Amino acid sequence: MSTKIEIRNTEKEIKTFDLDKIREDFPILSTEVHGKPLCYLDNAATTQKPKPVIDALNNYYLHQNSNVHRGVHYLSGLATEAFEEARIKIKKFINAASPQEIIFTRGTTESINLVAYSFGRDFINEGDEIIISQMEHHSNIVPWQLVAADKKAKIKIIPVDDSGELIIEEFEKLLTKRTKLVSLVYVSNSLGTINPVEKIIHTAHSFNIPVLIDGAQAIQHLLVDVQQLDCDFFAFSGHKMYGPTGIGILYGKQNLLESMPPFMGGGDMISKVSFEKTTYNEIPYKFEAGTSNIADAVGLGAAVDYISEIGINSIAEHEKDLLDYADKVISGFEGIKIFGKAKNKASVLSFVFDDIHPHDMGTFLDFEGVAVRTGHHCTQPLMQRFNVPATTRASFAMYNTKEEIDILAEGISKIIKVFRK
Amino acid sequence: MNQELKELYQQVILDHNKSPRNFRKMENANHFGEGYNPLCGDKIDIYLLLKDGKIEDVSFQGSGCAISKASASLMSSFIKGKTIEQAEELFRKFHSLITGKLDESESVEDLGKLKVFAGVREFPVRVKCASLAWHTLISALKEENKIVSTE
Repeated sequence: MSTKIEIRNTEKEIKTFDLDKIREDFPILSTEVHGKPLCYLDNAATTQKPKPVIDALNNYYLHQNSNVHRGVHYLSGLATEAFEEARIKIKKFINAASPQEIIFTRGTTESINLVAYSFGRDFINEGDEIIISQMEHHSNIVPWQLVAADKKAKIKIIPVDDSGELIIEEFEKLLTKRTKLVSLVYVSNSLGTINPVEKIIHTAHSFNIPVLIDGAQAIQHLLVDVQQLDCDFFAFSGHKMYGPTGIGILYGKQNLLESMPPFMGGGDMISKVSFEKTTYNEIPYKFEAGTSNIADAVGLGAAVDYISEIGINSIAEHEKDLLDYADKVISGFEGIKIFGKAKNKASVLSFVFDDIHPHDMGTFLDFEGVAVRTGHHCTQPLMQRFNVPATTRASFAMYNTKEEIDILAEGISKIIKVFRK
Repeated sequence: MNQELKELYQQVILDHNKSPRNFRKMENANHFGEGYNPLCGDKIDIYLLLKDGKIEDVSFQGSGCAISKASASLMSSFIKGKTIEQAEELFRKFHSLITGKLDESESVEDLGKLKVFAGVREFPVRVKCASLAWHTLISALKEENKIVSTE
């Protein structure tokens, strides 16, 4: 039998993953916290920004700033070009069919709300059903509750098993003729579970049900190809993928977006306004009322370039190494319970100790320079499912090191000594 | 351990966290309060037996961080036998202590063991942990019987 070696990496990614060089690109990583070097393990909350992103923001305000799609003057042309170039970069990054399918929003939350209010307004009616899962972030629960309350629709929940995986057989049972949308998280921010979204999308489509994927925790860790996934909507935030805050993306299939009513009214989203009748602009502008967050869109474009330069597959490989190492080092502590034991996981380690509250853990680790998130991670229904009020969450990014995981482990040892003496 | 951290996690606090006093449900309570801190998910139920304006008995149940648990435990030991007015005055002083707003001229001697929480003033995000039990107590004294949230 001949063995075939699969070459996964693209030509660009054949370069070695240079961790030292990457860390140098993130100036904030040299910060000292309480006299210790910063060990930033709160990347699922937000990632730090590399110099090229900060430079792009600076450059925009220094040399390009103007309003887009309006003026006939020189700077307006420059700004429009920079803004639309960012859209094309993002289109390529997620392999959308057209840049028209890329809508700039403030972030994942606004992207989901856009679908809830626009798609929801025209396509969800009394008695209809929306399917979400038990591991959703509040931002993929509350918008649907608002729509459901308004339309007298119903929300159905895909349950999660003890390992933190979706129970797929239960999902299939939830599908009915009244199901109008499935809205699902790709990677859980609390557990790290990577959901089998391709399979779920396929199943939903066999009933002609569109699927929205919340990709806030996926886009920075996995290769996302929206055409291969065949999702109908894909939402993500810039700030969790090394880009600026206040900018995010809603991808939507062209025909769906064209069939949906505008989300907000205002300038830029119209083609003609009179007091009798207004004609809306074409997509994506129909959904981009008012002056967009131009500078941060350009910054997000720079973040996409940065990720592409290093290579998402190399990043994923490095993060997998980190997660495996962390799992090995951290799970050895007496009395620790790790949440999220899914076979397929990304970059999140969530844990609790019976006798040490996450909040105390967070304060102690802070004095070791370690930034972790403690709390319910905006997933209260999931916390209830596992019967814990809160967890401590360490989440990794491309610039983290195994040494940092050792520092985290040392910090945990120290608090254990204090609390168990 | 770092000095600030030592001030926050004093031995008395660690001890009360490990073995909280008056940690039980009170069957014959005539006042009840429920507290919740949405930031960290801390929850506390406070049971009171009030008689002639005096706190005859107090107990609590719930889950929370070391600071919030120890605060509830020390509070429960400290206010037993006090009048409602005394308890309210203690809360005022305690709150000033943990937020660093105490007048320099004001004596803290009457706070007794509660003084161990002085270190909290260096940790503004932890003030809510130390004060949750007290806010819940005040609500229970008033018999508002509704959920108190620190948010």
